Amino acid sequence: MLSIGLGHYLTLAAIIFTIGVVGIFLNRKNVIVILMSIELILLAVNINLVAFSIFINDLSGQIFTLFILTVAAAEAAIGLAIIVVYFRNSDTIRVEEIKNLKG
Amino acid sequence: MIAHAVFFYIFSLIAIVSAVMVTVSKNTVHSVFFLILDFISISCLFIMIGAEFLGMIMLIVYVGAVAVLFLFVVMMLNVAEQKGQWFSSRWDGGTHIPVGLLVSLIIFFELIIVIGGWKYKPDLLNSLSINISTEVTNTRSIGNVLYTDYILLFQISGMILLVAMIGAIVLTFRERAGVKRQSYVKQISRERDEGVHLVEAEKNKGVKIDA
Repeated sequence: MLSIGLGHYLTLAAIIFTIGVVGIFLNRKNVIVILMSIELILLAVNINLVAFSIFINDLSGQIFTLFILTVAAAEAAIGLAIIVVYFRNSDTIRVEEIKNLKG
Repeated sequence: MIAHAVFFYIFSLIAIVSAVMVTVSKNTVHSVFFLILDFISISCLFIMIGAEFLGMIMLIVYVGAVAVLFLFVVMMLNVAEQKGQWFSSRWDGGTHIPVGLLVSLIIFFELIIVIGGWKYKPDLLNSLSINISTEVTNTRSIGNVLYTDYILLFQISGMILLVAMIGAIVLTFRERAGVKRQSYVKQISRERDEGVHLVEAEKNKGVKIDA
């Protein structure tokens, strides 16, 4: 209990990952919260990579975390731009009203 | 050791609670603030575990840039206050809630099973390429491999950022009607004949300008 090992970090990452998935599933009002949930999921992946990198003493995991950070920032910028354009065209970003694709 | 454990539990508790608050807050601005809190506590964990450079980068990139971007968009779109329950739906009467919770629980238990049941490959520790050295700092050792072994990936990630920037600008750019703008082409291609008109002025009569 008192010695923190790899399993503790992996469990924390699993919990945060699941919370992010729940946020995507249950949200019906706001697309921005869905984007934030995606950020949470990427954060969980980063925790996993860093924990493995430290505990098996290999630096590659931290390098890959750096690249995931880059891609997450790009994805957030593009996603928010799409949301801004959508709001400008249809005056709403409620998830239940976005059904132009009949999905 | 005990201090490490105590701080681990404190930071991970803050991280989990704020992650829950991100998804359940009614006010989107509060969600963004809880997202910031989440990233800060996770970066504290990174610094504690020995990945200082990544912890600081998380602070700079997420708290400094991404969270501010989210805040700007939330305030620009004026959707901060959500009316009613955020998870209620007017279409299917809320059947997505039990289904979503069920699927998430299954995902969580699958992850827990994997965490409890895996083992290292026996020759894993011999096949590692880049060992973490204790003699130089974390930032220096990352820099040593990032600009040599991973230079191609590094430049490609720069290209990804460039494409994202151009894409965001192109997506949100719009021409407004009725705004006076400078036109370089018109200015440069202007000839002398269009601007200057020579008139013969007769003595003692003056010149009619708008002739």
